[in-house]
Amino acid sequence: MSESTRPLAGSYRSPMAPPRSFLWSRRIFLTLLTGFVLVPVYVMVSSSLKPLADVSGTFRWLPSGLTIRPYIDIWSTVPLARYFVNSLVVAGAATVCSVVIAVFSAYAVSRYDFRGKRVFTVTVLSTQMFPGILFLLPLFLIYVNIGNATGIALFGSRGGLILTYLTFSLPFSIWMLIGYFDSVPRDLDEAALVDGCGPLGALFRVVVPAAVPGIVAVAVYAFMTAWGEVLFASVMTNDTTRTLAVGLQGYSTLNDVYWNQIMAASLVVSVPVVAGFLLLQRYLVAGLTAGAVK
Amino acid sequence: MTTTVPTEAAVRPSSPGTASGPRRRPGRIRRIGLPYLLLLPALLLELLVHLVPMVIGMVMSFKELTQFYIRDWTTAPWNGVDNYKISVDFDAPVGEALLHSFLVTVAFTLLSVALCWCIGTAAALYMQDAFRGRGLLRALFLVPYALPVYTAVITWVFMFQHDNGLVNHVLHDQLGITDKPTFWLIGDNSFFALLTVSVWKGWPFAFLIVMAGLQNIPKELYEAASLDGAGMWQQIRRITLPSLRPVNQVLVLVLFLWTFNDFNTPYVLFGKTAPEAADLISVHIYQASFVTWNFGTGSAMSVLLLLFLLVVTGVYLVITSRGRRTADV
Repeated sequence: MSESTRPLAGSYRSPMAPPRSFLWSRRIFLTLLTGFVLVPVYVMVSSSLKPLADVSGTFRWLPSGLTIRPYIDIWSTVPLARYFVNSLVVAGAATVCSVVIAVFSAYAVSRYDFRGKRVFTVTVLSTQMFPGILFLLPLFLIYVNIGNATGIALFGSRGGLILTYLTFSLPFSIWMLIGYFDSVPRDLDEAALVDGCGPLGALFRVVVPAAVPGIVAVAVYAFMTAWGEVLFASVMTNDTTRTLAVGLQGYSTLNDVYWNQIMAASLVVSVPVVAGFLLLQRYLVAGLTAGAVK
Repeated sequence: MTTTVPTEAAVRPSSPGTASGPRRRPGRIRRIGLPYLLLLPALLLELLVHLVPMVIGMVMSFKELTQFYIRDWTTAPWNGVDNYKISVDFDAPVGEALLHSFLVTVAFTLLSVALCWCIGTAAALYMQDAFRGRGLLRALFLVPYALPVYTAVITWVFMFQHDNGLVNHVLHDQLGITDKPTFWLIGDNSFFALLTVSVWKGWPFAFLIVMAGLQNIPKELYEAASLDGAGMWQQIRRITLPSLRPVNQVLVLVLFLWTFNDFNTPYVLFGKTAPEAADLISVHIYQASFVTWNFGTGSAMSVLLLLFLLVVTGVYLVITSRGRRTADV
């Protein structure tokens, strides 16, 4: 084809100069995409530093004056600190439990041959397909009934939410870890077994340390799932256990919509997750490369 | 999809070189029981939170479950397939609204998945080779995915405001494209608002997966193509895209299911009642159940939705797997 450039002998693709058409289209595409991605981020950051008048009237690209007032007010307009703690506890606990359980399951599937293995993986994966709305009400009733029968409060408590969220991230976590564990050479845990470790010793001393990137990736995923969920949080929490996902709506149901405070609160809520995600994204890509997409 | 190869080695730990070392022979029962024991916590939780509620939901769909019976749902009277009849009676208001919502969801999902996939793949391909600022750009591109759904969507709600939003300011005040400010969150335009937010939020996932998939393509393929005189565009078309096929098979399916079932985006964007043009099925069913307190019909609709997704997934997997097999030959 006419567009092909002359290859440098024996070179890998990257040292070869890409054709002009590629460079130009790349420049245009990436510039447009950066704009698309950045505009909402800019709106969030700039609006959070604006006085209320700026966000109530016609939109302004530049603030008429900078203020950190919204960042002070967000804590008193709604009990944001309480929501924050609730979200941290719920998402943290759900993540830890989900990762531990996923490690056990993935180890079993990756290292053992047993009856029902295929049924297990298929069933677990297919739960990803379920519309959340289908089991929202039944789950709600189950939690209420368990509460009535045993006195363990699941409905309206953080515990119920933790339980729910950890199962949301579980299928994908197990699936990704199976792939990751498969890529850890079996010779390693065989050697550990020969050296007298039990199967669990081999898991924790050999397989888990070798699969840290995959485990980190799964943890990031589980945390994000729990931190961002809205549907179950809006039905299964009460005033004391409300999480950020529901709590943030408190700024807009009042007579005035405090957009600057909403943006400030959104930013405060997002920063821990986004920072964590960006710090750990290398692991996520590595984890996906070795696990999910293999 | 990953299917694991049976591992005899792990069950029978023996290697000739270290035969002199201490050997543990776990008892037969323990050897058989261990994998099940490891799976137990996951199984119990999946049963409690996914499978049992799903069965209960199916049972509910055959009951006349209104707010009078919600305290003890088992006492609600059976009404056979009435809930299903109501749901699929497309001449009556309930069925008609459901059909409309279903069609809106299908159109929305197809557009959203196609756009997410195209943007994500293009970005991943363009960023395959190193250039200055690539790391920074990659981190930036992942921000929409990393943001909690509700904060991202709330920001878009602000941008789509009629009087004080950025979108109208740019389109109307600055560029003068529209005669008067547009309503984005009510009326017909809400479909495009929803699509924009969904794509903004969803494409980085495709980007992430394709990026990971690219790293598994052996470099030798490119080297060989390069020697044969294939240019960059040709390499992308002949090597990269075909090699990504297995990745895409899973990626497109996952994107489809997540987008089709998405509740968070429309719920935060529009609140409890979505405008007709953007009435996604999950919010529609939520409304049918929790706003009008008719849980029986709501459950029937959910079951129909699940059946539809099962059929689509099954057909999709059969078609794509067959295509793959013939392509391999």
